[in-house]
Amino acid sequence: MAASPHTLSSRLLTGWVGGCVWYLQRRAMQESPHTFVHLFRNVNKQWITFQHLSFLRRMYVTQLNRSLNQQVKRKPEPVASPFLEKTSLGQAKAEICEMRPLPPPSLPLSRKPNEKELLELESASIIEGSLDAGKEMKDEKHWKEMKLQLDDLPGILARLSKIKLTALVVSTTSAGFALAPGPFDWPCFLLTSLGTGLASCAANSINQFFEVPFDSNMNRTKNRPLVRGQISPLLAVTFATCCAVPGVALLTWGVNPLTGALGVFNIFLYTCCYTPLKRISIANTWVGAVVGAVPPVMGWTAATGSLDAGAFLLGGILYSWQFPHFNALSWGLREDYSRGGYCMMSVTHPALCRRVALRHCLALIGLATAAPVLQVTTWTFPVISLPINLYISYLGFRFYTDADRKSSRKLFFCSLWHLPLLLLLMLTCKRPPAAGGAGGEPRT
Amino acid sequence: MAALRPSSRAFLPPLCRAFAGPGCQLAPERGAERRDAASGRVSGFCPPRKSCHDWIGPPDKHSNLRPVYFYVPENESPLEQKLRQLRQETQEWNQQFWANQNLTFRKEKEEFIRSRLKARGLELRAGSGQKATLDAEEMADFYKEFLRKNFLKHMYYNRDWYKRNFAITFFMGKVALERVWNKLRPKPKTST
Repeated sequence: MAASPHTLSSRLLTGWVGGCVWYLQRRAMQESPHTFVHLFRNVNKQWITFQHLSFLRRMYVTQLNRSLNQQVKRKPEPVASPFLEKTSLGQAKAEICEMRPLPPPSLPLSRKPNEKELLELESASIIEGSLDAGKEMKDEKHWKEMKLQLDDLPGILARLSKIKLTALVVSTTSAGFALAPGPFDWPCFLLTSLGTGLASCAANSINQFFEVPFDSNMNRTKNRPLVRGQISPLLAVTFATCCAVPGVALLTWGVNPLTGALGVFNIFLYTCCYTPLKRISIANTWVGAVVGAVPPVMGWTAATGSLDAGAFLLGGILYSWQFPHFNALSWGLREDYSRGGYCMMSVTHPALCRRVALRHCLALIGLATAAPVLQVTTWTFPVISLPINLYISYLGFRFYTDADRKSSRKLFFCSLWHLPLLLLLMLTCKRPPAAGGAGGEPRT
Repeated sequence: MAALRPSSRAFLPPLCRAFAGPGCQLAPERGAERRDAASGRVSGFCPPRKSCHDWIGPPDKHSNLRPVYFYVPENESPLEQKLRQLRQETQEWNQQFWANQNLTFRKEKEEFIRSRLKARGLELRAGSGQKATLDAEEMADFYKEFLRKNFLKHMYYNRDWYKRNFAITFFMGKVALERVWNKLRPKPKTST
C-alpha cells in the first residue's frame, strides 16, 4: 500500500525528531543560568581534577623556567570533550570564578583554556620589567592574542551561529515537513533541513554581529565569540553570507521558491526587525514570535508547495508557544535588560508580560483542538495533548498570579519539554492520508 | 580565501611575518612608542615583541567590554591606519558609554534601595552587618524607571553603534581586499 512507506518514514522521523529534541532539551536545561553551575560541577568533577593537576604541574615548570628566560612550549588549547559545549564551558568557568573567592592555584583552574596565553605573557612580563610583578602578571595572563586558530574555528562558528538554537529550529521545520500531507520525500526533506539550518546560522551570526557591546554586558551572552574577540566582525559577516546564500539558494531551487522566499523573509525579520526592535519597543517579542513560527511553515510549504491552513496552524502553535517560553525567561533577566537598554515587557509592562504568557498557554489548547478540524491530525491529538497543555496553562496561571522568580522558572522549564512533546504527539496523531476529508471517499 | 582573513591577519603566522615586513623585530623601540600611542587607555599591557597581532584583554570592570591593544605594523598603509584609528576611537567611545551607564545604574540602584528601606524604617545595613536588599518585585519599579529615563540616550547610542559597526566592518573588508591585491599584483621595485 502506498501509505506504508510514508507511515514508516513518518514514524522514523518521529523517533528521530523526538530523540534529537530530547537530547537538545537536556542540553538547554543544563544551560539554565541558575541550576547550571550546580549540574556542571557534579558532572565534571573528574575532568576538573585532572586539569587542575596538569595546570599546577605546568605552573611549577613555568616558575622554574622564568628565571632562565626560557619560553615554555605552548600547549594547544584542549578540545572540549564531546559531552561539553564550549559556551557552557566558558559560562561555567565564569560562574565558578564569580561564585566563590578562589585561592590563587584554583583561580587559573577555572580559566584553563587561557594557559597558553599565560605562558606567552610570562615572557612579556620579563621584557617589560614591571614594578608590581604580582598584579601585572595576574592582569596580563588574561590578555589573549587575537589570532585565529584554525582548529578552534569550527567551535567558534558553532557558537557564532548558535548551533543548538539552529538545531531546534531545524527540528521544528522537520516537524512541519513531516506533518504535511502527501508522500514523504527524503531528498526534499534533507534539502529543506539543510537550507533552513544554513539560513538560521546566517541569521544568528548577524544577530551576534549587531549586538557585541550589549552581549558583553549581559551574563547570559558575555562569552560569545565576537565579544571575546575570537573572530573579527568581518569574518562573522562573511560567514553569515556564506551560509545565507547557499541556504536560500538550496531552498529556492532545491525545494521550491515559496520556501526560499520564506527563508529570506525570516532572515530579514530576525536580523533587521527583531534585533534592532529589541531596543526600541516591546513589540519585538511579537516579531520574535513570528520568527519562531516561520520554520515549521517552511517545512510544510517544502512538502506541499503551498501555504494552507495546516501551515498556519503549525505556525500558530509555535507562535503561541514563544510567549510563555520567552516571557518566563525574561522575568529573571530584568536587571540585565534594564541596564542594557532592552525594551522587554517584563521590565516595562510586567502585568502585560504575565497576561500574555497565560493567554497564549490557553491558546495552545485551542490550537490543539483546531488541529483535527483542519485535518492535520486525528481527534486523538487534542485529547492526549490536553494534560500537557493544561499543565502549562496551570503554570502560566501561577506565573500570572504569583509573579515571582520561582513560578517564572517553572514555566520556562516546562516550555522546554512541552513543545517537543507536543510536536511528537502531533506526529503520532497525524491524519493518515487514506482517511481523506470528512465524509470523503478513500482515494483510489 | 584571503578575503576571509580577519583584519589581524590571523591565518598564517609565517605569512604574517613576511607580510608585516622585517619591522616586527628590527625596530622594537620605534614599535614600542607607536604601540604606546595606539594603546590609548590600555595601560600597563605590552604584547610580546614577536607578536604581529592585536591583543584582547579581560572585560573592563566598569564597562564589561574587552579592551583591544591594536598592533601597529611598520608598513601600515593609510587605509589600515584609518581602520585602526576608527577601531580605537570606537573602543574608547564604547568604553566611556558603558562605564558611565553601568556606574550610573549601580549608583541609582543603591539610592533606590536606600530610599525604599528608609521609607520602611530600615537601614541599608542591618544590625548584623548584612546588607539589606529588596526583592526582585520591588526592584522592578526601579528597572522600569531606569529604562524609561535612559531610553533616548540608548536610541542615540544604538544609531551611532550601528553606524560605527558597519563602518569598521566595511573598512576591514577594504583592508582585506587591499592586502589581497598587494599580494597578487606584480611586485613593485623595492624601495630602500
